[in-house]
Amino acid sequence: MRKTCLNMVYELAKQDPRVVFVGSDLGPGVLDEMKHEMPDRFYMEGVSEQHIIGMAAGLAMDGFIPYVNTIATFITRRCYEQLAVDLCLHDLPVRLIGNGGGLVYAPLGPTHLATEDIAITSTLPNMTIVAPSDADEMARFMPTTLDWPHPVYIRLGKGGDPLVTKGQEGFEIGKAVRLRDGADIEIISTGVMSGRAVDAAEALAVDGISAGVLHMPTVKPLDRDCVLAAGGAKLIVTVEEHFKAGGLGSAVSDILIDNHRMPEMGILRLGLEDSFPLNYGSQDELLDAFGLQPPGIADSIRKALDIRN
Amino acid sequence: MKRPFSNEMYPDSPPLDERSKDLRRLVVDALDGGSRGHLGSSMSLIEILRVIYDDVLRHRPDDPTWEERDRCILSKGHGCLAQYAVLATHGYFPRQEMRTFCHFPSILGGHPERSKIPGVEASTGALGHGLSIGVGMAIAARIRKRDTRVFVVMGDGEINEGSVWEAAMSASKHGLTNLTAVVDYNKLQSYGRTAEVLDMEPLADKWRAFGFETVEVDGHDVGELRRALSTPLGEDKPTMVIAHTVKGKGVAFAENEPTWHHKSRVPADQIQAMYDALAEDA
Repeated sequence: MRKTCLNMVYELAKQDPRVVFVGSDLGPGVLDEMKHEMPDRFYMEGVSEQHIIGMAAGLAMDGFIPYVNTIATFITRRCYEQLAVDLCLHDLPVRLIGNGGGLVYAPLGPTHLATEDIAITSTLPNMTIVAPSDADEMARFMPTTLDWPHPVYIRLGKGGDPLVTKGQEGFEIGKAVRLRDGADIEIISTGVMSGRAVDAAEALAVDGISAGVLHMPTVKPLDRDCVLAAGGAKLIVTVEEHFKAGGLGSAVSDILIDNHRMPEMGILRLGLEDSFPLNYGSQDELLDAFGLQPPGIADSIRKALDIRN
Repeated sequence: MKRPFSNEMYPDSPPLDERSKDLRRLVVDALDGGSRGHLGSSMSLIEILRVIYDDVLRHRPDDPTWEERDRCILSKGHGCLAQYAVLATHGYFPRQEMRTFCHFPSILGGHPERSKIPGVEASTGALGHGLSIGVGMAIAARIRKRDTRVFVVMGDGEINEGSVWEAAMSASKHGLTNLTAVVDYNKLQSYGRTAEVLDMEPLADKWRAFGFETVEVDGHDVGELRRALSTPLGEDKPTMVIAHTVKGKGVAFAENEPTWHHKSRVPADQIQAMYDALAEDA
């Protein structure tokens, strides 16, 4: 997904002279072709997240579309005031590409995890948040960033994530994607968790529980109509690789509460609790520990159904 | 042009001319009309902004987004009363607007906003943002092969912010000759003397070490400012003009007085005393 995203920046730059790339001390060789072919639109800056956001704002004020890339937690947490003031207050079309959204950097520990990135970026007016589920979806999404007039935070998965949007066409910012139909339960998820949600729904089907999966590649603005329609299910389950506080589950709950559209059995929010992870290992191991792999998700849903029935 | 300035010395500036007094009276209009304002921080800036907008900047007040214009960012956004006064006298908005400062429907808030005020290039107020935005603008101009100049005016307290130095390193790396930064070095920040709160000396050496062609001027001497600002000073590097100024300049009882950094509800007799001090024949 990450490779596709950066390759798309290069492809878009070939089509559109407004596209500029700004990195913050990324790995060697990143976008080398772009660097050599269009050196005036490739900027590899130092380890200076505050500065590159302001610099991108200055470029955007002159009509450019800067794609800014570094590790997700550094492009959100480290330079939060620059996102708020330089990008969102001015409502500029800067694209923030955050590597390793969620628990991707599990072995590197809590300093490198991005588990509150959606919470903090979603409180910023004018900010758009997109978390594609696989490389194909990323490739369909990226061209839509050329003419979207607001700042966008793009939350990247690890790379090599399984393909879950097979057969889907096009991409519209702010629109949900139906991955699976279901009669009883609606699972709403985002990013790479959507594939796991589909697997969990399939496990539940064996028990006679019919669960649909609604993938929300755009977390903000969230597809309000789809969320309200999902309110007709018996239970809504949200699944995310993010703190429960301020994430997708919160955003879904906000819409349902504000519109008196609470499902019969309420909402079950699955995500991270309010603590820093105690372990390292891999993203998959941490997800498993937090009950966010398909068997864990299915178990939580079964338990909720037992208790709430 | 270069002359030695110590951290303890204030410049021995020429008397204020009518243009400088008029701008300061407009600042007092806003202080009076809005019942508040960063008086000290604005008065020290007047000649810097006056020279930029009157003598150096290519701009069209009747077409504020003219593509070929030069850009000026007031990074120390709390000094906005000085910028508002200069913009008003250039016709970006009516002079009477100054008295609406901070009123509910006013375009003129306590910090300048790009979306509201014609002529304001960037919304500032959170410190340490302007130089990075200026770097982006200067690079943008270079990509477009325009000879645009970009000016960024910062405060001496503002440059405590680490982001300023991130931007400085980048400006130098990219050899942005079209970027000129100015520090309004009035030697006072909110709490007190910069020398005591966080001493930035040796300031000129710092900027030189960060790759800027650096000069020091009397920030109330219009002639010196013109010479320093009229053309980029470095052949392959950005320019830094350290302008030695007096906080509260032009109003004797506010000069060099930390309590006048920001004031609310200034009594009528003090407002009158300011107008008297700034009268044409004073």
